[in-house]
Amino acid sequence: MTTTPATEITPAPSSAEPPSDRRSRRAGLEEAVLPALVALLVAALVGDVLILSFGQNPGAVYRLLIEGTWGNAYGFGQVLYKATTLTFTGLAVAIGLRAGLFNIGAESQLAAGGFAAAMVGLLLPAGLPALVTLPIYVVAAAVGGGIVGGIPGLLKARFGAHEVITTIMLNFVVLALLNYLVAAHLKVPDTLHTRTIKGGALPRLSVYVAAFHGSAANMVIVLAVITVLACWWFLFRTRRGFELRAAGLQPLAAEYGGVHVGNVWWRALTLSGALAGLGGLNFVLGYKYYYEDAFASGAGFLGIAVAIVGRNNPFGVALASLAFATISQGGLAVNAMVPKQMVDVLEAVVIIAVAASVPEVRRLLRGAR
Amino acid sequence: MIVLVFLAQTLRIAVPYLFAATGGVMTERAGLIGLGLEGYMLGGAFCGALASYYSGSAWIGLLGAIAGGVGLALLYAVVSIRFRGDQVVVGVAVNLLVTGATEFFLRLAFHSSANSPRIPSFSVERAGAGAALVGNPLIWIGIVTVFAIGWLLYRTPFGLRVRAVGEHPAAAAAVGISVERVRYVSAALSGLLAALGGAYLVFDQHQFSAEMTAGRGFIALAATIFGRWDPYRAALACLLFAAAESVEIQLQSVQLIPSQFVEMIPYVLTIVALAGVVGRAIPPSALGRDAG
Repeated sequence: MTTTPATEITPAPSSAEPPSDRRSRRAGLEEAVLPALVALLVAALVGDVLILSFGQNPGAVYRLLIEGTWGNAYGFGQVLYKATTLTFTGLAVAIGLRAGLFNIGAESQLAAGGFAAAMVGLLLPAGLPALVTLPIYVVAAAVGGGIVGGIPGLLKARFGAHEVITTIMLNFVVLALLNYLVAAHLKVPDTLHTRTIKGGALPRLSVYVAAFHGSAANMVIVLAVITVLACWWFLFRTRRGFELRAAGLQPLAAEYGGVHVGNVWWRALTLSGALAGLGGLNFVLGYKYYYEDAFASGAGFLGIAVAIVGRNNPFGVALASLAFATISQGGLAVNAMVPKQMVDVLEAVVIIAVAASVPEVRRLLRGAR
Repeated sequence: MIVLVFLAQTLRIAVPYLFAATGGVMTERAGLIGLGLEGYMLGGAFCGALASYYSGSAWIGLLGAIAGGVGLALLYAVVSIRFRGDQVVVGVAVNLLVTGATEFFLRLAFHSSANSPRIPSFSVERAGAGAALVGNPLIWIGIVTVFAIGWLLYRTPFGLRVRAVGEHPAAAAAVGISVERVRYVSAALSGLLAALGGAYLVFDQHQFSAEMTAGRGFIALAATIFGRWDPYRAALACLLFAAAESVEIQLQSVQLIPSQFVEMIPYVLTIVALAGVVGRAIPPSALGRDAG
C-alpha cells in the first residue's frame, strides 16, 4: 500500500505545465484529447445500440438531446447549474489525485458542505448584506466538507488507513447521520428538508438574463469559476501546490526532497473535502435555499468521472463538468423517447473507455516517438 | 421461540452478505479491489430475474445470475488488467453502469421503471421463517461456500497462487505463475459469488426491483475488510452485521436506537479496523496495483 492506486491514472502533468517547447505541448495535448475522443466514439456506439433496442431513431434522440441542453436558454441554464456542482466535486477529486490520493467521499462531503451552510443560514440574523453573509457561508460549506475529508486524511497520515476504503465507508456514515438529523430533528413536517435560510441567498442568473427563466443556474457559478482559477494557481504557482504534486508523483522522492508527505496527505484530503463542500452552496444558496436530504444525488460520484476525463487539470475539470452536465440534463430531455437511465450507462461507458485508453494512448504515443 | 426467529432472520439477512463477502475475499486476495461487488450483485440479480422469468425455472435463473455477475467481473478485470485502467475508477464505473443498465432494460423488458413481474423462485410460499430457511437451497449453498472458499484459498495450489499474486505479483511471476490468469479467474469467481448473493435477493422477494441491492455490496466489502481478507472471519463479520440489522428490526416498535445508527455499524467498525486501534487490518500488499 505504499504506492497508491491513483499513480497509474495520474498523468505526467505535461499538459498543464508551461511547455518547454511546442512539441511537448502538442504531445501533451494529444495525450489528453485522444482518450476523450475514443470515449466519445464508444459512447456514441453504445448509445446507438441502446436507442435502437428501444425502437427509436438514434439521430432523432441525439438531436433532441442537443436541443434540450444547448439548444434553448432553459436547458442551457440547467446544464450550467449541474456543471457548477460537478466543477466543485471534480476539483475535489482532482486535487486528491494530484496528491496521489483517491477521494471517493465527495458525495458525502458535498452533502456535509450544503448541510453546514444551511445550518449557518438558519442561525444568521435576517437582513445582513450579502457582502457579510457570503464569506460566512463559504467558510461554513468549506469547513463542513473539509471535516468529512479531513478524517480520512488524518487516518491515512497517522495510521496508513487506505483512503479509498475510509472515504467510501465515511460516505455511508455521514449520509446516514445527516439523514437522521434531518428526518428526526430538523425537517419541515411531511418533507425531508430543513426550513428556509434567513438571508444571503444568491440571485438566479435569470435575474440578469431573462431567457434563463425557470432554470436553476445562479451566481454560485461565479464562485466556481474563481475556484477553478484558484486551484490552478495553487497547484502550479505555489510551494504547497508543488509539494502536493511532488508527493503524488513520487512520494519517496518528495520525502527525500524535504516534503513531509504525511502532512501533504491530510492537507490534500481536507482541501479536497472543502472543495466538494463548496459545491453544496450551489443547491443551498443558489437554488432551493434549504438543505434537503440526498440533494447530492450522485454529483459527488460523478466528480470522479469529471476529474478523470479532465485529466486532473482545473481547466480540464471545468470543461469535463460541462460535458457531463450536458449528458445528465440530456437524459431528462430525451426521457420521453428512451429511458433517462441511458445516460447513466453512457457516463459509465465514457469513464471505462477513458480509464482503459489513457494508459494505452500514452504507451502508443511514447512508443511512436 | 423469539431466539429462533431472531437467528433465522439474521441468517436470511446474512446470506447475500456471505456470498458477496467471500467474493470480495477472492478478488482482493488476488490484488483486485472489490469495488464492483455492488454492481455484480445488482447485475446478477437482474439477469437472474430475466432468466427465471423467461425460462420458468429458478435453477436456470441462477445460471443467468451467474452469467451476469461473471460477465461484469470480467469486464472489470479486462479493463483493469489488460488495459491497465485504474481499478478504483473502473469499479465505480461498473456500479454506475449496472444501476443505469438494469433500469434501462427493466423498462425495455417489463415496461416498468420500478420492478419486474413475479418470477419463479425457490422459496416456499407463505411459510414461517423456519420453513423458508429449509426451502431455500441458496441459504445452504451460502454456508457451504464460506468453507469451500476457505479450502480453496488455504488448501489448494490455486489458492496459494491467488495469495502469492495478491501479495507479491513479481515474485509470483518469477516462479512461473501467470499473474494475469490467476487474477482473471479470481475476478470471475468474485462475480459468480456476488451474483449468487444478488440472486438470493431476487428469489427471496420473488421479483427484481430497481436498485434492490441498496448498498449490500458495500456492506460485503466492509465485511471483507473487517474480516481481514479471511473467508471465515469475513463470514463472522457478515453474521455480526446481519445480527445488528436483525436486532434493529426486532426493536423497531420500541424506537430504542434510530435505524440510521444501526446502518452505520458496518462502516464505522471497518474504519476503526483500518485505523487499527486493536488488531489492525492490513490489506494484501499488491491490492490495487498492476500485475507488473
